[in-house]
Amino acid sequence: MDTFIGRYRNLIVLAAILFAQIIGLAIQVRRPSDVGETRLIRLWAVSAVTPVESAVIHSQDWVKNLWTNYIYLHGVRRENRQLRAQLEQMKIEEARLSEDARMARRIQSLLAFKEQYVDSTVAAQVIGTSGSDQSRVLYIDKGTNDGIATDMAVITPTGIVGKIVQVFPDSAQVLPINDQFSGVGAALKDSRLQGILKGGANGTTTLQYIMSDEKVVPGEDVITSGGDRIFPKGLPVGKVVSAEPGKDLFLNIRVIPAARLDQLEEVLVVTRITEKMPDAKDLTPLRASDILAERLPTVPTKTEVDAAGNAKPGSATAAPGGTTGAAGTASHPAATGTSKPSTPGATANKPAGTANPLRATPAGTSAATNGVVKPKPATPATGAVTTKPKPPSGAASNSETDANGVSAPKQETKPTPEPAPSAPSEQPSTPPTGAQPQP
Amino acid sequence: MSTRVMPFRGSLTSREQVSVFEFSWPVIVFVPLVAVLIQIFIPVKVRFMPIVDLPFMVTIFFATARRNPITGCLTGCFIGLVQDLFAGPNHPLGMYGIALTVVGYLASSLGVKIDVENPGTRFLITFGFFGVHQGVYYGVAHGLLRQGVQWSWSHIAISALANAVLGIFVYKFLDRFKQR
Repeated sequence: MDTFIGRYRNLIVLAAILFAQIIGLAIQVRRPSDVGETRLIRLWAVSAVTPVESAVIHSQDWVKNLWTNYIYLHGVRRENRQLRAQLEQMKIEEARLSEDARMARRIQSLLAFKEQYVDSTVAAQVIGTSGSDQSRVLYIDKGTNDGIATDMAVITPTGIVGKIVQVFPDSAQVLPINDQFSGVGAALKDSRLQGILKGGANGTTTLQYIMSDEKVVPGEDVITSGGDRIFPKGLPVGKVVSAEPGKDLFLNIRVIPAARLDQLEEVLVVTRITEKMPDAKDLTPLRASDILAERLPTVPTKTEVDAAGNAKPGSATAAPGGTTGAAGTASHPAATGTSKPSTPGATANKPAGTANPLRATPAGTSAATNGVVKPKPATPATGAVTTKPKPPSGAASNSETDANGVSAPKQETKPTPEPAPSAPSEQPSTPPTGAQPQP
Repeated sequence: MSTRVMPFRGSLTSREQVSVFEFSWPVIVFVPLVAVLIQIFIPVKVRFMPIVDLPFMVTIFFATARRNPITGCLTGCFIGLVQDLFAGPNHPLGMYGIALTVVGYLASSLGVKIDVENPGTRFLITFGFFGVHQGVYYGVAHGLLRQGVQWSWSHIAISALANAVLGIFVYKFLDRFKQR
């Protein structure tokens, strides 16, 4: 017996070690929900490593920032000029998109759609990985102490990254979308086909469960569908690289993630998503006459001013093509003095009827982004009668009553650029005293 | 003097004897830990790092240097389990542990028979054992745990090549810790 053990001692030890580990595996697989000891030992290990990783990463970033922000500033001015030019372009684009968004909100409100909003996020830094080719989990430097919990979405401005799978006091584990155990509800942006985005063992991502008789074009954008209840709907996921017939009548659609998953440094953890109805503030009632007032050519009429100097409602328009808009009721958005800066006054001579956000042109979207379309105080020249008096400073009116007397709801939007270019021709030389808001 | 010489048993080389190296305890404990730490930290900054497996190289190094199958098993088991700790919740503890236990045992068993100090031999050992490592891992994941892992010959060949090339330099560096 001793001879046998001595002779095969190495093999016996090997078998014993392997057997012990296999038993350990079996226990973990049998009780997947019981994270007791495994969780604890992982907690210890991660907690021991996290401070070191954080210190290294942050010191490295400090040195990098010192270099890039203070020492190496070559080409910053040129880059600044380029960025300013780009910013101007983006403002124009933003104006157009905001108008589209307003329209979408109105339609959603009409259809009683609930929309998901990313309410709050926590910025986190990637401090580590799993260190293996088979698992692509990431570690971030925020944990339960920062309000992170499991199943929270992790995103970047360019696209989604993954979700939180394990949380520790000062760190958390992120399962990226290219991990083989990951699954994200996704949809093709144009065709609206929905599937599940799954990661592969070699780090690729494929959109699955789309029938092979559907037409999927490479280059099409993939967005989140919201079906997984983790990612809000509509976040960018990636782009279709190829679509080939796969097995089981489904297409094999390869998707390249929008976020650079192999070069992540900072991410955002979505800590709260709210679901609410879009604001219906733009849904002011419209009268047919108001619509007609916008569509029909302006008819010059006289302005009637009472003895107190107050213009009478509905009795005034200005000369067409003059320096100001004909303000029968409220003006066209562009005529509110907030027309697009690039084309100042382009719509100033447009007949201005009731505030009509549904018909707001892109030129008037600056006003739209500033809130609802608000009536511009009338000027003596136009004899507008349905608006509040304009403040002497010439600033945009903060009136919350529209031309029809409908209370316009407040809106939290970004401040828009000052509409100064079109203002001079519309501003009175003296503060109006007679204009009164229409009841 | 911690170096011992032992006769080859069934030697496959022309050498009559082979050195058995020993290491201090801090080296035995901290080198694998540092290797795992680097492995989980570097891929944040270096894109190709995930295909490199430093803990695997350290296992090979200690196993072939000490030339004791039992210590090779234990070293592989220890390093593999530490690596498992950081591999995420979908990787139960023991997957890398089993793979590196087998690698440690085989590498130390092979180290008894052949000269593993030569860079060419080290290259071949690392290349070959990387395939063994991946095979055992695949067997555990697919056979025992029914996980849907994929086997890609090309990916493994590239990874094995990268590890084998890098391993030569890593082993050269780790040779400094050998006690002579």
